[in-house]
Amino acid sequence: MHPAPSVILFTSLSGLGFGLLAWLGLGLPAVTGWVAFVFYFIGYALAAGGLMISAFHLANPKNAIKSFSQWRSSWLSREAVMAVISLLVIAVHAIGTIFFSTRLPAIGALGTILALGTVFTTSMIYTQLKSVPRWNTPLTPILFQLWSLGGGGLLAGQFTAAAVLLTILGAVQVIAWKQGDAKGATGQSTIETATGLGRIGKTRLLEPPHTGENYLLKEMAFTVGRKHALKLRIIALICAVVLPVALIVAFPATHALALPVIALHIVGLLAARWLFFAEAAHVQRLYYGM
Amino acid sequence: MTTLPTSTEKKLGLAIDLDTCVGCHACVVSCKEWNTSNYGTPLSDEDAYGAEPHGTFLNRVHSFEAQPESGCSQTIHFPKSCLHCDDAPCVTVCPTGASYKRSEDGIVLVNEDDCMGCGLCAWACPYGARELDQLSGVMKKCTLCVDRIYNENIPEQDREPACVRSCPAGARHFGDFADPDSNVSKLVGERGGIDLMPEMGTKPVNKYLPPRLKDAPSEARLPETNKDAKGFLAWLDKALEAI
Ligand code: SF4
Ligand code: SF4
Repeated sequence: MHPAPSVILFTSLSGLGFGLLAWLGLGLPAVTGWVAFVFYFIGYALAAGGLMISAFHLANPKNAIKSFSQWRSSWLSREAVMAVISLLVIAVHAIGTIFFSTRLPAIGALGTILALGTVFTTSMIYTQLKSVPRWNTPLTPILFQLWSLGGGGLLAGQFTAAAVLLTILGAVQVIAWKQGDAKGATGQSTIETATGLGRIGKTRLLEPPHTGENYLLKEMAFTVGRKHALKLRIIALICAVVLPVALIVAFPATHALALPVIALHIVGLLAARWLFFAEAAHVQRLYYGM
Repeated sequence: MTTLPTSTEKKLGLAIDLDTCVGCHACVVSCKEWNTSNYGTPLSDEDAYGAEPHGTFLNRVHSFEAQPESGCSQTIHFPKSCLHCDDAPCVTVCPTGASYKRSEDGIVLVNEDDCMGCGLCAWACPYGARELDQLSGVMKKCTLCVDRIYNENIPEQDREPACVRSCPAGARHFGDFADPDSNVSKLVGERGGIDLMPEMGTKPVNKYLPPRLKDAPSEARLPETNKDAKGFLAWLDKALEAI
């Protein structure tokens, strides 16, 4: 699939933002006043900013408001609804801690559940697609939760918990990569099932329907840069998991530690998210002999 | 609503005969011609006269080659457009309500006034049957020429999809698959019509009539009757050899 920068940034940043807000809802860290303001500001900037970036990949954004309407059937609509509800509920908790130095634990906990629920709806947009076998696995929502809670934990300064979560994340990510490789690009589908010509024999594309490009090929037959996949996987793992965990274990938890750990993690996250899109193949490529 | 109807009164669709299609692309052209000037926004082209022309099409003809265990390979021209699936994943993923399946005849349509151009429905379709128009920013797909088949302002013989009407080989058949006695249901019964990618669970309405297996080349060869020439030709043969 085409790794559009807007979608990579959107899923990465809003995931981190909602992860941070989930920790804050639990009162971790237990901050009030100006310090709380800074934490919430970062959380909202990432979560809401990410959502705004996602609007850039709409070809007809004037109808974006209508995406709140189909929550009964559509995961993308559910995501829009959940994002707004959770940002509103969390705002109540935020106002309490920032301006009144009072925490409302029940509302905070509800905010945490809603924030994680929003990340779940995002992950289901991809997981539901049978047409993209690499995404169509329960590991996708698990991974999105781990990325969100792990990265959010770093932003919330919960280093020990984050280190544990990142370690689990690393393991699950490797399993997901291996599982995806084993499935093969187009899973159960082959050019023979796509055309029904398997009953005659081995089938190949003789002539494509046109000599030029088209929307389908640009959007869903991305192959550039796959050859660097292994290198990028290693970079993603080292930056997002190995180095942050090593730094957390080796050094005392201070603000000075937070900066490099978070910066490294984000580099790894972006690499992993690029791969999430670039490595995923859509079965319709079979009609183009790919 | 982008929930699917539990059942549809009719199941209008196409039966495409892969034995008959000659790969002339007439349906591609007539589809583009009709649909660029009727339902919804035009089907735009970009760089049409330049080095890399590309544009939106609702129907495209691919060509495949299948190699049996023994004998010659078979060339199959393969038109592909929306299959108007009963269990259409493109409809349920749509967040705006723009995509829907009609309960009266099963046609899957996009209401362009609601579409926000997110492209998710094109991702959900396993067949590559939806294309986001690059100029208008809305999703385009086969409408089964909904603006022809019920159109009382055009002659009766034209009230079928443009691709069916224009096919010079008669490879495309339009009808109601819910009616067991319809032309298309009978064809599917006789010829063992098949679903594309049944493993995707989309339950396509459109069916493909698979090519019949070709005779073995030895059986198909012409009898070698004209080996020994007679009469004038025999004389000519001899005369030419003598020169
Ligand atoms: S062929 Fe594709 S676009 Fe058409 S109904 Fe089926 S899934 Fe939807
Ligand atoms: S591109 Fe339009 S029709 Fe397709 S899912 Fe998005 S809003 Fe719905």
